[in-house]
Amino acid sequence: MGNVVDLGLRQELLALQDAYISTLDTDALEMWPDMFVEDCLYEIIPKENFDLGLPAPVIHCDSKKMLRDRVVSLRNANIFQPVVYRHFISGLSIVTASHDEVEMRSSYLVINTSQLGQSTVYQTGRYHDLVVRGADGWRFKSKRAIYDTSRIQTALAIPI
Amino acid sequence: MNAIDMQPPSPVEAALAHFPRADGSRTPYGVFTSPEIYALEQERIFRGPTWSFLGLEAEIKAPGDFKSTFIGDTPVVMTRTDAGSLAAWVNRCAHRGAMVCRQLRGNAMSHACVYHQWRYDLEGNLFGVPFLRGLNGQAGMPADFDRAANGLRKLRVESYAGLVFATFSETVEPLADYIGPTMAGYIDRIFHKPVEYLGCTRQYSNSNWKLYLENVKDPYHASLLHLFHTTFNIFRVGMKAHCATDEGHGMHSIIMAIKQDQGETSAAYKDQKIRSFDSGFQLEDDSILGLIPEYEVLATNHIQPIFPQLVIQQIHNTLVARQLLPKGPDHFELVFHFFGYADDDAEMRKLRIKQANLVGPAGYISMEDTEATELVQQGVARDADATSIIDMARDAPEQSDTLITEKLIRSFWAGYQKLMGFGAAVAAEG
Repeated sequence: MGNVVDLGLRQELLALQDAYISTLDTDALEMWPDMFVEDCLYEIIPKENFDLGLPAPVIHCDSKKMLRDRVVSLRNANIFQPVVYRHFISGLSIVTASHDEVEMRSSYLVINTSQLGQSTVYQTGRYHDLVVRGADGWRFKSKRAIYDTSRIQTALAIPI
Repeated sequence: MNAIDMQPPSPVEAALAHFPRADGSRTPYGVFTSPEIYALEQERIFRGPTWSFLGLEAEIKAPGDFKSTFIGDTPVVMTRTDAGSLAAWVNRCAHRGAMVCRQLRGNAMSHACVYHQWRYDLEGNLFGVPFLRGLNGQAGMPADFDRAANGLRKLRVESYAGLVFATFSETVEPLADYIGPTMAGYIDRIFHKPVEYLGCTRQYSNSNWKLYLENVKDPYHASLLHLFHTTFNIFRVGMKAHCATDEGHGMHSIIMAIKQDQGETSAAYKDQKIRSFDSGFQLEDDSILGLIPEYEVLATNHIQPIFPQLVIQQIHNTLVARQLLPKGPDHFELVFHFFGYADDDAEMRKLRIKQANLVGPAGYISMEDTEATELVQQGVARDADATSIIDMARDAPEQSDTLITEKLIRSFWAGYQKLMGFGAAVAAEG
């Protein structure tokens, strides 16, 4: 093993991250659940609770079905200001890696732009991810967005 | 008994806002935008004859546990003393005004201001002043400086059923009387056994705090704004309902929606061609809408504002104490304190966390609320004397079993006018 393999893996994981954020940043929400395996966890939780070991989340989905439900609800039931997100991910660190499973962490920044044209820092935080390799390539088994920006401005409709 | 009655109307306040009717059915938009009214609210309401919710006793279980929070926009700290009692004080050093406690929460047996290290005990008594007697013969504090008379500003603190409240007022009635027997009954419904704090989420809105109070006193909007409700049969206006206020100033209230067969109410929505009805929509995982019976009355929604800064919420099996904090005339913050019962089993706790998806800043049936209050804030930027129309079910004050009513909002505004000195209100509706 060595650097060559690590760099290859790293490129694959970076590509996965890029594919993930592009579903959110380009309003391709219907493709977002497909970044996960069926039996998955997706959670957005404030760092404040995470640090204290408390479970209260903003979003907590324990299956891909729940992810699809969120998208269907956003498209058909919920009312919110049109959101334009731009995600920026940095500092990928691989915690553990085997051939078909990787635990990784990275920092994220989400800029939101309003209809009036104002861009603001909407959320910063850290992704704690567990990804697995399947027939379709790498997918998220678990993705937790642990956010620093504890005061959520107005509402959170689109996932992070 | 009701200290609010002692506030005399004054021409100064009358000039700030004109309520054309005493019954709360017409509210001038200026109350949502005026910095002068906002400042007066801090004095008349948040430092007036009211009790403000600070947090759950379950957040500060051990001696020395503390939490930083606010009454209105004044920073305060609530803490558990070594004797196990509750204390609260204004978070401002008696010396030169710096915030003493700089952490959101933690545990400490005393609190020191970092600026000059004046140190206070858990009740806010000053006990440490560096160089009190000077040094090496050089002068310290004057001989007449009395530490006992220069502590932190202490607040009256009481808890009801594990909910901690504090007040600046020396004259307001005891907390249980302020809550009143009717509202106490509904609090007891939720807080009938020990609770466990599960963490909080925070939401910041570009709108006036009273718009949120209107929202939680408004069952009329629930099935019209929140399409998730009606789409999945969670909450319809035809549901069995209960709406009531406290028997005192009328500014606390309860809305309960009680589950029953929904066949005929679906038909009512179809007949009226309201956008809220979409019969072709199903969740793949509907466990999020489960309702494990926990109480005598099988309500899907229990929404209970205790004026001015608490809203108790049970939606299905999620339990939240929402704290409403004003942040200037055009901003407020909501802190959702999630809790469960100490004796929850793993399945119940899992359901509570899953149903957190329904509420809070990303909640399926709540994310529209701040959207709506911000639309009002934007709409009322001018025309301070123009008023809203709050008339729904005004001809039927005796009705308490309908969700198509704005009587709780009228009762709130009638009480508000009185408390603020904006003019005496007639007796609130029943």
